[in-house]
Amino acid sequence: MSDAAILVEDMGKRFGDIVAVDGVSLEVPPGTVLGLLGPNGAGKTTTVRVLTTILRPDSGRATVLGYDVVTQPDAVRTSIGLAGQYAAVDGNLTGRENLRMVGRLTHQRKPLIAPRADELLERFGLAGAADRPVRTYSGGMRRRLDLAAALVHKPPVLFLDEPTTGLDPRGRNDLWAVIGELVADGMTLLLTTQYLQEAERLADRIMVIDGGRVIAEGTAGELKQTLGNTIIEVRLAGAADAERAKGRLEAVGAAEMLDDGRTVAVTVVDAGRAVVEAVRTLDTAGLTPEWLTVREPTLDDVFLQLTGHKAEEPAPGQDAKPAGGRTKRGAA
Amino acid sequence: MSVTTYGAGGDTLAHRSRIGWAIQDAIAVAHRNLIGLFRVPTTLVFSTIQPVIFVLMFRYVFGGSIQIEGYRYVDYLMAGIFVQTVTFGSINTGIGLAEDLSKGLIERFRSLAMARSAVLAGRTLADAVRNLIVIVLMVTVGFMVGFRVHTSVLGLLGAVALMLLFGFAMSWVMALIGLSTGNAEAAQAASFPLMAVLVFASNAFVQTRTMPGPLRAYAEHQPVTAAVDGVRALLNGGPTAGKVLVSIAWSLGIVAVFAPLAVRRYRRAA
Repeated sequence: MSDAAILVEDMGKRFGDIVAVDGVSLEVPPGTVLGLLGPNGAGKTTTVRVLTTILRPDSGRATVLGYDVVTQPDAVRTSIGLAGQYAAVDGNLTGRENLRMVGRLTHQRKPLIAPRADELLERFGLAGAADRPVRTYSGGMRRRLDLAAALVHKPPVLFLDEPTTGLDPRGRNDLWAVIGELVADGMTLLLTTQYLQEAERLADRIMVIDGGRVIAEGTAGELKQTLGNTIIEVRLAGAADAERAKGRLEAVGAAEMLDDGRTVAVTVVDAGRAVVEAVRTLDTAGLTPEWLTVREPTLDDVFLQLTGHKAEEPAPGQDAKPAGGRTKRGAA
Repeated sequence: MSVTTYGAGGDTLAHRSRIGWAIQDAIAVAHRNLIGLFRVPTTLVFSTIQPVIFVLMFRYVFGGSIQIEGYRYVDYLMAGIFVQTVTFGSINTGIGLAEDLSKGLIERFRSLAMARSAVLAGRTLADAVRNLIVIVLMVTVGFMVGFRVHTSVLGLLGAVALMLLFGFAMSWVMALIGLSTGNAEAAQAASFPLMAVLVFASNAFVQTRTMPGPLRAYAEHQPVTAAVDGVRALLNGGPTAGKVLVSIAWSLGIVAVFAPLAVRRYRRAA
């Protein structure tokens, strides 16, 4: 028996011919945050749906706080909150009415329902809009209300399915701050995201998932270290120079032209010596860069190296079909 | 049997029997749907416009050339209109559920430890309330165009109860369709042919005896005809008990078949 708050063992789920999740195992210790990182159609949402008792797995098992999602669904439901990319709140109801409805439906004691709704509205900066119908809310406000709705019954475990997909940078920052507070309060959190920055910022551990399988796992730092590399970026004045520089820099490390057509990114192992070598190589060739930077790889780089495609693009040959086989609702 | 509580937050949970929760959850959902109904009254308005047009059309355009033995046509017609109204009104159940599904609300409800039947029961209950409002409006319209009750106030109340029961039963059929299609437009499109076959191939507007053999056989043995017969008898008099019982049997039968199917579909919808 494990002490994990969330435990998944070799879980599989398919929809007809599409294998959505292909033997995923994961473990989230209490009070920690696991980020499930992957592109559309990677199997993130399906995993969350199984863990929140919305879908039954075809194989393997999953437990939340030790309760089996298949045989003890009500125990799981009492222990979890779910918020996601669809902002599942009723547009016709006010913010306050939405939270009170969830209070009733989670079977809270009657005198606690109204104060809990007020407390959450206050905490999420929605007190001023509490009595307006939700359809008048901005996208960021809806997401905050959705998150508040997931917390009405004070669940110890929270699932956030792409919480900031489709939000503008400000809405995203606001939501990150709110989620950060929950984490600081000791909540166990499983977060799915397509945004590498989001996983890096919020998660203790990151699991990279692609095509229904886990392809890497670790802290953000470990993931970068596994790939063990530093990136030197060199920008030249023009495309011709850049091409020439790329050819020369191949000698230093794997060189790649970035989208702007005049910046070369060189992935190297021994950063200090590589920089000296790169500068010397460029100088010998009579090339003077506009600028040169040395940086840690971002998770974007990690993802590209692990999967051979960018995080925002679906895996080759994989259509980005969501769970259930219906069209993805309002996804970015 | 009382429900065991789990996890943290157990101290904030209320205690009640399983049936008690199912009822409480259904009322909470119905309450939510009724708030929506009154805050966005356009659905209510559109639920009424169509039957009013039917009343005017059949009363004044076709009515003059339709002879029904033993009835003034307006009295014959209004029973059909009432049943037609609740039958078409049940499409709203399917549309509402399809919208909840496409907006992710059903997903949220399914992640909560609430009764599995509550979302559907709450929706069908709220739609019964909506039907009641529309029926009151249609009875008023009926009185304005010359319709009269020939039995008693009790007859009228019984007729309204019978309409509500039939509308409730049809709501479960539409719930299944709404959950199966998963979007509002598709739910509406999928319901219409069924509605047409039920409402027009019936005795709602004309007598079935002028219909050709096979159609007549169908029209005389289908639930809308049974409901119209019951309502018509309660409003106009004549032999009543048997007709009312047949209609109640149809309605209960429809609920018995379609409610479990719809709940099963709900459990799987995602």
